[in-house]
Amino acid sequence: MNATVLPYIGQPLKRREDFKFLTGKGRYVDDIRLPGMLHMAIARSPHAHAIIKNVDLGAAKAAPGVRLALSGQDLQGKIGPIVPNWVMPGTKVPFRPVVAIDRVRFVGECVALVVAETQAQAYDAVGLIDVDYEMLPAVIDEEAAIGPDAPQLHDNVPGNITTVYKVRGGDYAMAAREADQVLKLRLVNNRLIPTCMETRSVVAAPEPDGTLTVYMPSQVPHMHRRWIAETVGIPEHLLRVVAPDIGGGFGAKMHLYPEELLCPHLARELGAPVKWWESRSESHQSTNHGRAHTENIEVAIKNDGIILGLKVETLGNVGAYLSNMASGGPTVNTVNFGTGNYRIANYEATSRVVVTNTVPVDAYRGYGRPEGAYIAERAIDAVARHLNLDQVEIRRKNFIQLADFPYRPYGGMAVIYDSGNYQGLLDKALAAFNYDARRNERDTLRRNGIYRGIGVAAYTHMCGMAPSRRLALIGFDRGGWESARVAIDSSGRATVYSGSMSQGHGHVTSLSQIAADVLQIPIESIDVIQGDTRQVQAGHGTFNSRSMAVGGSSLHVCSQRIVAKAKKMAAGMLEVDEKDIAYAAGRFSVPGTDIAPLAFGKVARMAYVGHKLPDGVTPGLDETVFYDPTGMSAPSGVHLAYVEVDPETGIVDIIDYVAVDDVGTLINPLLAAGQIHGGVVQGIAQALYEEVSYDPDSGQLLTGSLLDYAVPRAEHVPSITSLFQETPSPTNPIGVKGIGESGSIAAPPCMVHAVLDALSPFGISHLDMPLTPPRIWAAVQSARNGAGQ
Amino acid sequence: MIPAPFDYVRAGSLAEAIDFLRRDPDGTKLVAGGHTLIPTLKLRLASPALLVDIRGVAEMKGILVGEDSISIGVLTTHAELLASHALHQVLPIFRQAANLIADPQVRNRGTIGGSLANADPAADWPAIVIALKAELEVASASGSRRVAANDFFVDIFSTALEPDEVLVAIHIPRPAADTRFSYRKIRHPASGYAVVGVAAGVRVNVGVAADVSIGVTGAAGHAFAGDVAAKFLAGKALSQGNIGEAARLQSAATECLSDRYASAEYRASLVRTEITRALLALAA
Repeated sequence: MNATVLPYIGQPLKRREDFKFLTGKGRYVDDIRLPGMLHMAIARSPHAHAIIKNVDLGAAKAAPGVRLALSGQDLQGKIGPIVPNWVMPGTKVPFRPVVAIDRVRFVGECVALVVAETQAQAYDAVGLIDVDYEMLPAVIDEEAAIGPDAPQLHDNVPGNITTVYKVRGGDYAMAAREADQVLKLRLVNNRLIPTCMETRSVVAAPEPDGTLTVYMPSQVPHMHRRWIAETVGIPEHLLRVVAPDIGGGFGAKMHLYPEELLCPHLARELGAPVKWWESRSESHQSTNHGRAHTENIEVAIKNDGIILGLKVETLGNVGAYLSNMASGGPTVNTVNFGTGNYRIANYEATSRVVVTNTVPVDAYRGYGRPEGAYIAERAIDAVARHLNLDQVEIRRKNFIQLADFPYRPYGGMAVIYDSGNYQGLLDKALAAFNYDARRNERDTLRRNGIYRGIGVAAYTHMCGMAPSRRLALIGFDRGGWESARVAIDSSGRATVYSGSMSQGHGHVTSLSQIAADVLQIPIESIDVIQGDTRQVQAGHGTFNSRSMAVGGSSLHVCSQRIVAKAKKMAAGMLEVDEKDIAYAAGRFSVPGTDIAPLAFGKVARMAYVGHKLPDGVTPGLDETVFYDPTGMSAPSGVHLAYVEVDPETGIVDIIDYVAVDDVGTLINPLLAAGQIHGGVVQGIAQALYEEVSYDPDSGQLLTGSLLDYAVPRAEHVPSITSLFQETPSPTNPIGVKGIGESGSIAAPPCMVHAVLDALSPFGISHLDMPLTPPRIWAAVQSARNGAGQ
Repeated sequence: MIPAPFDYVRAGSLAEAIDFLRRDPDGTKLVAGGHTLIPTLKLRLASPALLVDIRGVAEMKGILVGEDSISIGVLTTHAELLASHALHQVLPIFRQAANLIADPQVRNRGTIGGSLANADPAADWPAIVIALKAELEVASASGSRRVAANDFFVDIFSTALEPDEVLVAIHIPRPAADTRFSYRKIRHPASGYAVVGVAAGVRVNVGVAADVSIGVTGAAGHAFAGDVAAKFLAGKALSQGNIGEAARLQSAATECLSDRYASAEYRASLVRTEITRALLALAA
């Protein structure tokens, strides 16, 4: 047996799953090839908005190897419609068929499908489908879509607005009256494509016993089982969803897409496995996009930098239909968090959810919280710039204070920050960044025509949506709980069945660390099973930075139950009272006596042999827990960036990036830093590189491939320093807070602030993301021209 | 993502490749590294009836550093250009430029000839062969001819190659030992191609510019020689002022491309900035 090092929690263990991945032994959906497997290919709309007059499938049906060709009309009444899972009160839900029936509303929407014996045959046949369209005017921009003359997408969504959400606290109108000044800003939160290394893919296979197995890269296998069952019309107990290894999710793999419904339906119809695999070009026009907001902001300020009030008007572009969570992102998830880390007593926000002729927009790493933090941070930075105050000091001045926690922003009921220490984060970040020296260096270089800038951003948010009963109030049709099962075998080794779902997170390692500490057994004695609804009892999966805070807590509680039961068994075996037994280092002992301690493995064996169990103790060491948190955890952080901007080319060189995050108790600092690194890279990418672009008139997607859409590479990102401050969350037994979304929330405003700071000598005070070299160059040019140079 | 059906043959010799091409010039494509062609086929933007794989044609490979000239076979990969010690001794610009092309996987397979014949307006090698005043050797059933690099690139994805002609080799006159070349590029963040790339060569004789040559890619519909700047500098001191003026004149004379990512004005500005920076570095 390997040496046990307790506690495991807090240790930077390397990932237990890495050997498999690094040696190419990961198994993804596209690796699955079943006997007799057929292949589906999709005909997609080339138009942003059009009436379907006719779909001619004749040639496709006659093509070699084709087993089936169907239009939306053929499927009408058989499966669907696709309905959202989060429906904010008052939302008008547009009708969304699985395959378009009489009208298409975005480039890439499914209009027909082919199933053939080979993938090549399916693609060939799709090319033979002839669709007759009558073009309609399209609208792609959220501001244009709510205009009086805008094309209307859905009869039941007048004005293209599905949802209006308001949140307020205090009295903004009064704050504006009392303010010395009111500053106005318009922010664009650029539309992003959640680029996973592994695109989406589905294999649906009818089994001999009448059940159906669906293999898909799902962040939420049990949710997908429910949704597919309800939408396709399969009894849920006859449906098995298996998520094998997943090459990234970031939110994009937690929604419900047409292909995930078509493959199960067609597999049942044809009595054969049906596979669909998404090409990268298809992914760009059919997998949900992220962000896509426009925000209009007013900040009521005193001239000393105190913020009296904030007013926010959000337009959230959700594309052509309401995807799974689409009415919740721009509303609750965004504007509830618009005041950020600051005491802003008077707050008034309105969010409108807007449909347009674009790919649907849904959750993408942070979902709403990056947009919310961007509001708060850009606002306070703009105030500092406007009043010529130090960007650090203005934050200190307005921060929520240590004594304020738990804190309810703007006196509202919806948001509660459980714990935090923002001053501490800021101090630690400034020290690690060497802030004073850097600031001096920046000022010196600036005099020599070298433009460096320092960016600061703070963030906080809430994750692990819970408790279940509160989710009812916002129309979120799922619970906030997570389940865990711990099954001890007769040798004392443990199998953990978790409803959380790793997509590259390293849950096998982090969940094992939690279980090992409670069970007091070596981590090598623990296996973790996820992603199979036939093996794992129930679950909500992984999103919203919930896996450790909710899934991990569930496992923690469950492991404690195992120990409690084992203790009863040990008491029977040692013939002592249960309360006299101590459990440490994997041994049950009776302190103060010479009774020989009993190893956990011996008790486990007895649990299954059952010879010496005390009265009332059932055999077996196998517990299942459904853990519903009482509240949500609020991670926070302060990030700093140092950049140099070349005004002649507009190129931004990122010299340094320091992240200090408070994610409560650290389970594995190495994995935690990995989460921060990945999130920061995605955030830097939003700030500097990535932007989905549509032709405003035709609605054609212009960033259709990775030749046009700039996903960051190693050369685009700096070395990142990730440090932590641990303020345990009082909302769960481990004290852990969410981490997965932190980097992508903090980095966009941090990077924008750094670039704006570098450009401040030119008098540039605002730029919208992404800050591409041409965009920066153009701003410098117009500033120079404006200054008469 | 799956190409339309096509026939595939391997040419054993240049003559055989030429013969396949001659039979159906419009329906035939030569393939070597395939980095542009294969994606084009997969997206069905092209569907030739026949692919002629020329990777096995020995006479189109290799680097020969001679007394008077350097010859490079078109099948030479970017990685081979990067690794060649003999080439690096006389023209270090090849290693410098190859290092800026894509990533090792692409460099291991992609060829200089494919890059030149494809004539992507943002490809790197066109600027370099122009700055090196190379001649491109092309062959057909009726014989072979040489085309000056600057005359080879005609328009976007369009060259002086006739439909039945094959690009065979690049011949570079060996520059005077004191001529220095350098390549700079501003990469597109997604594709890695040049938004603007500048290859420049400078020989200074007694304080004045004796030889200045410039190749520019990315800026316009095809790579071109920066002759306006070169002419301005001829016989002048390579001072900051002269270089700046030369770059300004070249930029003003260039009709730049505009696309969703970068405006014509931005490209024109980069032409000026990058020529200036390239020449200043070489003159230093």
